[in-house]
Amino acid sequence: MDKESNVYTISYAVVMTVLVAVSLAFVSTSWKAKQIFNQQLASKIDILKAVGLADVEKAEASAVFDDRIESLVLSVDMQVIEGAVPAVDIDMFRETKLDPKDQRYPLYVYKHGGQTRYIIPMYGNGLWDKIWGYVALKEDMATIIGISMDHRAETPGLGAEIKDNPGDYNDPFIGKSIYDASGKYVSVAMKKGKLDNPDHQIDGITGATITSDGVTIMLYEDIQAYLPYFDQLKNAQ
Amino acid sequence: MADVAIQQKTELFGKKERRLLTDPFNDNNPITVQVLGICSALAVTSALKPSVVMAIGVILVTAFSNLFISLLRKGIPGRIRMIVQLTVIAALVTVVEQTLKTFQFDLYKQLSVYIGLIITNCIVMGRLEAYAMANKPWQSFLDGLGNGLGYGIILVFVAFCRELLGKGQLFGYQVLGDWYMGNSLMLAPPAAMFIIGLMIWVQRARNPKLIDVS
Repeated sequence: MDKESNVYTISYAVVMTVLVAVSLAFVSTSWKAKQIFNQQLASKIDILKAVGLADVEKAEASAVFDDRIESLVLSVDMQVIEGAVPAVDIDMFRETKLDPKDQRYPLYVYKHGGQTRYIIPMYGNGLWDKIWGYVALKEDMATIIGISMDHRAETPGLGAEIKDNPGDYNDPFIGKSIYDASGKYVSVAMKKGKLDNPDHQIDGITGATITSDGVTIMLYEDIQAYLPYFDQLKNAQ
Repeated sequence: MADVAIQQKTELFGKKERRLLTDPFNDNNPITVQVLGICSALAVTSALKPSVVMAIGVILVTAFSNLFISLLRKGIPGRIRMIVQLTVIAALVTVVEQTLKTFQFDLYKQLSVYIGLIITNCIVMGRLEAYAMANKPWQSFLDGLGNGLGYGIILVFVAFCRELLGKGQLFGYQVLGDWYMGNSLMLAPPAAMFIIGLMIWVQRARNPKLIDVS
């Protein structure tokens, strides 16, 4: 058969495409379950990190998580949705594209040894791509007790420090209050240069201003969304 | 019998075959001589770990895409040969990506964007067009392996310099003491350009084959 004929060329293209598509689809579906498990485990480890359990072994993380953390899913008016999908399964980046009234808000409540921590998932944008993380608040629902962050493609050594260098860019958040002295919500910011309000600011990352600003916006907006729920809890106490 | 075995061996790793593997290290290095694959060499080399994984990914993809295209070379219609090459590359890269996502999730998170970018790495397609389309499978496989290694070795060297001078670390471990003040410039992409530039300079000055006689 003539290798340069139209019939040969088109059939070659069709057969090749189908073969490649089928084999890739096979690879993808056969590993899907394991990949979802990996994704959930990574989220659980990040959540545990936010409450200061950074050294939990990977193999035990799931058990520790299930034992100590209660997952809630809240509706837009901050009511608990009963029987919702597990909170770790909610993809917040997809959620923010929904109609605002259909959006769901996962919240994790850590209870262990008489301590209660409220862990809020955060989602935002860094310089190159998405950034996300978890911020944990103490019983008073005002003081940050821990934070963990991750990113898809921030520059290693610069923006990526939000994950790689917790000592400099996660720990300073600990103990800071999200309310100012008059009780107004102000959140905590990562700031470039000299801090003019050190109670509600931490030192930003040199050379990664856009990532730092992304973290600031993410903290401000995502904690704010849960404030009505915390008000409900405070009123009920 | 023994003669046959020797015969086999020389065919598998004869002089020509060895040159296929070693040429890309110096005389015909894809980065410093052919100046291909520069984009990823700038992007991933700020630390050693992603560079090593990236290098392994590229080695696997160049070697196996060369092998497959060489096996298919007699049947590929001329008019769509580049599309066929790209399909093979994209399929292999997807397999690498899925493998990492399943078995090395932490690395996958770190590298996901760059793994996808192997598809656009000019070295891979360059070898398919220049070599695999006209040569036998085994030689093509070695050629791909050699070029992947030639790329990888530059990547790892650049990453070594950048991580050491930028953060005083190697593979994330602190190797220089507290006295060392990290140089942030080394972590930014231009630093890779300087290092590669210096390497090209040294290589051209020392290797008589590369001296431009014109």
